[in-house]
Amino acid sequence: MSALIQYTVQGLAAGSFYALAALGLAIIFGVLGVVNFAHGAFYMLGAVSAAVLLDTLGLGLWAALAVVPVLMFLFGVLVERLLVQWLLPLDPLYNFLLTFGLTLLLVDLIKRRYGVSGLPYERPGLLQGRFELFGIGLPKYQIFVLVFSVVICALVWLLMTRTRIGMIVRASTEKPDLARALGINVGRWVTPVFGFGVALAGLAGVLAAPFRAITAEMGSNFIIILFAVVVIGGLGSIFGAVVGGFLVGLVEAFGQAYAPTYAQILIFALMAVVVLLRPAGLFGREEAA
Amino acid sequence: MTSPTASVIPEVSVEEAHAAVAGGKPWQRWVLLAVGLLVALALPWVIYPPVAMDIAAWALFAVALDILLGYTGLLSFGHAAFWGGSAYMTGVIAVHVGVPFPLAILGGAVFAMLLALPIGYLSVRRSGIYFAMVTLAFAQMVYFVAYQWQDVTGGENGLQAVPKSFFGVDLVETDSFYFYYAAIPIIMLGMWAAWRIVHSPFGRVLVAIRDNAPRARALGYDVERYKVMAFVLSAGLAGLAGGVFAISHGFVALPALDWTTSGKVVLVTVLGGIGTLWGGIVGAIVIVVMEDQLASAGFEGIGIISGTVFILVVLLFRRGLWGTVRHYWIRWQGRRASRAA
Repeated sequence: MSALIQYTVQGLAAGSFYALAALGLAIIFGVLGVVNFAHGAFYMLGAVSAAVLLDTLGLGLWAALAVVPVLMFLFGVLVERLLVQWLLPLDPLYNFLLTFGLTLLLVDLIKRRYGVSGLPYERPGLLQGRFELFGIGLPKYQIFVLVFSVVICALVWLLMTRTRIGMIVRASTEKPDLARALGINVGRWVTPVFGFGVALAGLAGVLAAPFRAITAEMGSNFIIILFAVVVIGGLGSIFGAVVGGFLVGLVEAFGQAYAPTYAQILIFALMAVVVLLRPAGLFGREEAA
Repeated sequence: MTSPTASVIPEVSVEEAHAAVAGGKPWQRWVLLAVGLLVALALPWVIYPPVAMDIAAWALFAVALDILLGYTGLLSFGHAAFWGGSAYMTGVIAVHVGVPFPLAILGGAVFAMLLALPIGYLSVRRSGIYFAMVTLAFAQMVYFVAYQWQDVTGGENGLQAVPKSFFGVDLVETDSFYFYYAAIPIIMLGMWAAWRIVHSPFGRVLVAIRDNAPRARALGYDVERYKVMAFVLSAGLAGLAGGVFAISHGFVALPALDWTTSGKVVLVTVLGGIGTLWGGIVGAIVIVVMEDQLASAGFEGIGIISGTVFILVVLLFRRGLWGTVRHYWIRWQGRRASRAA
């Protein structure tokens, strides 16, 4: 029983990274129609920025959680203005390829600058050690990651459903022509939404910094799992991205615990089953083929 | 945001689209073929033979991908599964059975096609960007299987000491010059097969599906079946290329299955020109030679260069090298024809 709870918490904590990043991926896809291959690289940049901030300015995790998303937002705006916007009228595959090229570029730039071995990162004292719950010791950091990411996901959810900005973004996502006809300047939201999605990936990276090895390659596997997450959850669906993220985290944790050889393979097997039974994903809408 | 008409094919005129399918006028075709043959035979005299072999293998890999990307309109981002899957199978056959290497490569290619059948069947349920993501994820699954299955694949150490036995003759490392000539017929056979596929009635159906899938369906074609067939054929040719690569290098390692390999072949194809077939060859020459030069110059971080090339090609140069040449060639011919009239 206690093992079960431990693995569940571990899975949900791992799923927190996927959920946050997938949320950004889904929002970008919704508004721009772009599948951002560089999302894994942005996640990596988030973690590397946190490590560099700690090393050079002595800014710890709490400051990084506030500063890095802002930096990543600005970086995302820059990428959208300089690169992504030119390909928006074309087939979405072109932006997929563009962001793939950007990934190669960013990963090798970081590798050249900071080497291949991981950067060190110490978690704050408050989050070290274990947290006793009904006699079961759970790592404090995992609990923190889980709570933090659920809060962020809930805030984004409220932003999208309860505010005027959210309504405009959702209208632009679901019925861009109708939104335009109602006098909404859909194009104006494209750049900030891209930046926002990138900021979420960066935030996931900061959270991962004390938890995972910080290397240039840390996003390489992450992005593929992220694709599996959004295929499982349904790419058009913001809710699906979050649920898919936690689900994949759980599959990963229980896989690693009970069948370590097949842990990674299980995620893709789950994806295969979803593609077979519900091609649009668990929460996606059928597309007209 | 995608309409059925949105296409990954760069904007081309009717004449260009026709040239891509019909292969130009007969004399042009023969001249191109002669030049192609000459380049293929002369390559190891100009370039270090193992690198020449890499160029040939990557060229066939890119041509195989172009059947899907340029002629069926499907971007497979998981073709490393078939290149690498075949490379491993070829290596296993060559090491354990000891048959002449063309047979081992054939076995690898058949394995790649068998692997492509379920992956293709599942992947064609989605199109466009989803297809790219699903194929990518399945290829990563193949990667992890190879990573875990150490008894057969050697895991992180890879599969070492793959022999180059050629009907009783053992071509050792130093004989890479002769190995090139022993293996190039396999590559050419693959190229010929790709050309036949694209210029057959079957190929026309693929182009019809690429340009308007609902209309092809309305005409009575089983779109999904055609896509799966194209996927399997493309995987088989990618497998031929991967097998040659495995034998040529004498070992198979995990990077053959990595998604960066899938990405690299897309880069080669796009740089050469989507929907041109010949572009794959040009792209392979440029990319392989560039990487070889950078590596021997001791430059680390090839991704900085290839990533930048990728971004620039996609932003500014979507027709690719061959596509651009063809574009201006056809425009020049059109002008000449209208002047003569």
